[in-house]
Amino acid sequence: MTTTRSRTAAATFAVLALAVGLTACSSSKSTTPAASGASGSAAASASAPKATGTITVFAAASLTGTFNDLGKKFEAANPGTTVKFNYGGSSALAQSIVSGAPADVFAAASPATMKTVTDAKDTATDPKVFVRNTLEIAVPKGNPKNLTSLQALAAPSVKVALCATQVPCGSAAQTALTAAGVKLTPVTLEQDVKSALTKVELGEVDASVVYQTDVQAAGGKVDGVNFPEAAKAINDYPIAEVAKAPNAAGAAAFIAFVESTEGMQVLTAAGFQAP
Amino acid sequence: MRLIDTAPVRAKRGSRIPLALLLPALLGLVFLVLPLAGLLIRAPWSAMPSELSSPAVWDALRLSLICATSATGVSLVLGVPLAWLLARTEFPGRRVIRALVTLPLVLPPVVGGVALLLALGRNGIVGRWLDSAFGITLPFTTTGVVIAEAFVAMPFLVISVEGALRAADPRYEEAAATLGASRLTAFRRVTLPMIAPGVGAGAVLAWARALGEFGATITFAGNFPGKTQTMPLAVYLAMETDPDTAIALSLVLLAVSIAVLVGLRDRWMSTP
Repeated sequence: MTTTRSRTAAATFAVLALAVGLTACSSSKSTTPAASGASGSAAASASAPKATGTITVFAAASLTGTFNDLGKKFEAANPGTTVKFNYGGSSALAQSIVSGAPADVFAAASPATMKTVTDAKDTATDPKVFVRNTLEIAVPKGNPKNLTSLQALAAPSVKVALCATQVPCGSAAQTALTAAGVKLTPVTLEQDVKSALTKVELGEVDASVVYQTDVQAAGGKVDGVNFPEAAKAINDYPIAEVAKAPNAAGAAAFIAFVESTEGMQVLTAAGFQAP
Repeated sequence: MRLIDTAPVRAKRGSRIPLALLLPALLGLVFLVLPLAGLLIRAPWSAMPSELSSPAVWDALRLSLICATSATGVSLVLGVPLAWLLARTEFPGRRVIRALVTLPLVLPPVVGGVALLLALGRNGIVGRWLDSAFGITLPFTTTGVVIAEAFVAMPFLVISVEGALRAADPRYEEAAATLGASRLTAFRRVTLPMIAPGVGAGAVLAWARALGEFGATITFAGNFPGKTQTMPLAVYLAMETDPDTAIALSLVLLAVSIAVLVGLRDRWMSTP
């Protein structure tokens, strides 16, 4: 009978759809699937690390542009290597490394999030600060609400997106707000700096407190406003090799490249400061 | 074997359960139950009272229950008539409309969130007008959470009700019509009571889907405690810094899910 068949079909479809719907709620921001097929030659001598194979780098969202650039330059300088990146909020990345994610290098946006990993004895080398970053207020192009200070963000008519305090940009923003004596209620607490910035780009909020480098990387889609309290909330970015790195030689070579003159040029050109 | 003893009717057809079916079936069972066991075993039971005494947990749970129930309400008000339209009327392009209605079922919820932002956000195609004409902005509000959840959950209700309508005998409606009832009266007095179990099942599916909604919510409604931070968002963010809190929150959601299943065990979820 037609009715029976269509009923069965509808029921089957509903069940299938339920399965699909329930699984499709991940929010990972990996630009590549977590690379498990790393094929590094760990046998290479530690004194002269010769990088080969795939190097998996977990890096703070604010490093997205510069590290993509550094990755390409590194691959060109070391034929046979592939650098894969996983960008996200530093706290989420730290948690996934502690849970056993196959990372070779971890570059965090704050010593506190790096500490999650070192406390779990999941770094092979001591973390080293390689750059510093300063906060800025990001506003839609042309600054339509004419916001010029942290104090201005506290007005009830101003919608502000902040990073969640778990992630470095959020805790730095909180430090700056406390230093300025400003108490504001944001409309949302985003899980990393790039999603906070996106809300400004889309015009959904009037302002966000992000890094100078993010405003610069947005390439004119948003404007940046400096504020004096930013000096009290400068973020140190530590980098370290992960203890269970599938490609230890590659990790050491990539970190050396980031800290090299060429690497620092890329970073400072993007607005980062040398430590 | 005990397995066979307890299922005499099924055992009649063959002498024993084929291994090729039994093994994957047991594996499937383990696969579904093991993560829940992990949650229960790793739970910080001694710290649970202090974890759960934080008002933030109850804020998130209250918000989740209110939003999921509101989203189910919206789905019922709009979804049942939509299902009726799809099941009981003929019009050009009905198949296309049906496909469009079910699209959010297969669409990743986070894509739904992006789409909602572009449609109903402050600069969205409709949202821009809502803002300028009425001063209403939907993103980052509790209403925004309800909208995101309803967008994802309503298709479940529509499909379920449409299936019930197609299975229901239209001759009762025709009989009502010959007795002088209008189409609307026949729908209210004859059809709706007939398909009530289907509507109920659809509402439960929609509610469960709304309760677990994550991607569309965080994209469209953002994340702020007490306002838009539902339980799944709270679990996700707690997992970044404080896994124990995340586990405690997960257990609360698990308890709610079990309570719903137990509450419905004899109505819609039992198998013949």
